[in-house]
Amino acid sequence: MTKPHSTTSPPSLETVTEDNNTLRLKIKGTLNAYTTAKIWNDSLTALKTTKPGQLVIDGSGIDYCDASGIAFITNLQVRQEQSGGSFKLEGLSDEINKLYKLFDPKDFEEPSKSGSKSSENKIETAGRFGYQAWEEIKVNIIFTGRVTVALINALLRPDKIRWKDVFITCEKFGANALFIIALVNFLVGLVIAFQSAVPMKQYGAQIFVADLLVIAYFKELGPLMTAFVVNGRSGSAFAAELGTMKVNEELDALDTMGLDPVPFLVVPKVIASLLMLPLLTVFGNLFGLLGGLVVMFSLGFTLETYLNQLTIAATYGMLLSGLFKTLFFAVIIAGVGCLAGMRAARGPSAVGDAATRAVVVGIVLMIVVDGIFGVIYYILGI
Amino acid sequence: MDDKIINVKEFTAAYGDNIIIDNISFDVQKGEKFVILGGSGCGKTTLLKHMIGLYRPAHGSILIEGDDIAKAEGLERIGILKNIGVAYQSGALFGSMTVLENVMLPLEQYTNLKKDSIDLIARMKLNLVGLTGSEEKSPSELSGGMIKRAALARAMALDPDILFLDEPSAGLDPITSAELDQLINQLAKSLGVTFVIVTHELNSIYNIADRVIMLDKSTKGIIASGDPAYLRDNSGIPIVQKFFKRQTDEQLGS
Repeated sequence: MTKPHSTTSPPSLETVTEDNNTLRLKIKGTLNAYTTAKIWNDSLTALKTTKPGQLVIDGSGIDYCDASGIAFITNLQVRQEQSGGSFKLEGLSDEINKLYKLFDPKDFEEPSKSGSKSSENKIETAGRFGYQAWEEIKVNIIFTGRVTVALINALLRPDKIRWKDVFITCEKFGANALFIIALVNFLVGLVIAFQSAVPMKQYGAQIFVADLLVIAYFKELGPLMTAFVVNGRSGSAFAAELGTMKVNEELDALDTMGLDPVPFLVVPKVIASLLMLPLLTVFGNLFGLLGGLVVMFSLGFTLETYLNQLTIAATYGMLLSGLFKTLFFAVIIAGVGCLAGMRAARGPSAVGDAATRAVVVGIVLMIVVDGIFGVIYYILGI
Repeated sequence: MDDKIINVKEFTAAYGDNIIIDNISFDVQKGEKFVILGGSGCGKTTLLKHMIGLYRPAHGSILIEGDDIAKAEGLERIGILKNIGVAYQSGALFGSMTVLENVMLPLEQYTNLKKDSIDLIARMKLNLVGLTGSEEKSPSELSGGMIKRAALARAMALDPDILFLDEPSAGLDPITSAELDQLINQLAKSLGVTFVIVTHELNSIYNIADRVIMLDKSTKGIIASGDPAYLRDNSGIPIVQKFFKRQTDEQLGS
């Protein structure tokens, strides 16, 4: 069969309704993926309106037909036979007939509309949801346990820690994040100071903007803002790194070498996070207060007045309570990021999904932990 | 009548100053199963990637049905690409789509067929390669052999004149590999497609090839061409003999 170029002229269709409830479709020309669309639609319309007892396709005029053309003929045959009528194919050349016989029309019968989707009642849905939630919790508990054991082992045997990986992660997690941490905290400090200065001006209490800022920053904003930024940068990066390793079967390779990925890959990241996040938070606090300083300058206060007010309002307890929380945030960022990566599915979107999951779950968990600390600190009077 | 479907003329491939293939010429005839073979690193895949228009030749030309694929741009290039199908070594199926959606994609892009019709054509293509029942699976759920078959179905979606297959049996077990060879032979016979296949699997070569060319790393050219069994038995060129014999020895020894 000579293959025509894709620009070959479209085929023609002649519909003849015969006396004995027969619809005859005379097809001429070339049938391929580019040319079949129009006569396919026309034929189906003719079939629908005529509803013949017998459909005859006269293919003696077809000079070329590929698998797309056969799909067209098969589609007509399936529809006709499904509606209870008979089907006849006439005049096909031997070559086209051979191609037609490659396919069994029964394989392409259209599924009945009912029962195509498995229905699930509400109890089953609730059960499935509950089971999935429990599985999720179980995975997290097991992972937390594995990380804790691995951390304790690492602290007992510091020589076993992969310090090179720890320092590389410290650089990526900490040093490389300095600029963005400084920028975000400076801007947040500036905005908070400015927004609070406006109402405080009405009471002549602008000097207390410094108190508000330092308390808010040391206790909440500094640790949270810094942790959020780091989570977006490094939590997602951990997930992407481990997710790629999973997709490339590197995690399987570790497994078959008898190496547990948790001490090998997760512990260095957790240690680096524990070392870096408190330092970054101190840095972030400083820049948040610098943002406040700009506003205080604009309100006519001097540097000495601002610093004096800060030292009156701030306590070591505030600073340390905020920094203490960051240790938990650090474990969440590294742990959630690594777990998301290790649980990545296969396929191209797996790494992206893992990174998204790491960021979202990380933020939610950090807010929950922050809330718990808020209550504990309130009870302790810190 | 001229039956050349691909005409490679004085073709040179190079990455920067590094010449990979130096001044080769050959033709592929319509309906032929043409195999490009050679040892690792001799430029087989490089040649294939030039033939499908991914790279431009450093010198010479590659004519697909009379059109120079390297010089064609815009609609002319798309016109050429619509007449060729490529199944990559890794399958290169889109992981975010089901197997069926992968096969439907070219039809959706290039034809004005209705969704139902495209769906049916794609199912028939999957039926041809023996993947009926796997339509709704994601590529990550397929075995190596199934991925190769799905890639072949996608390459055939638009019933192209020429199918290019890069290492179709690489990484497959002998049975799956033989089945794939059988499938290629069946498709060539029933659909009249021209196959250009890059491989160094000797069994596949004997099963499939009407004609082979063998590339050589040291001369950067074609050192032998013709019927594979004839080359095995009659070629006086030591590298060609070594290539065919060494592998048959291994098979005999195994």
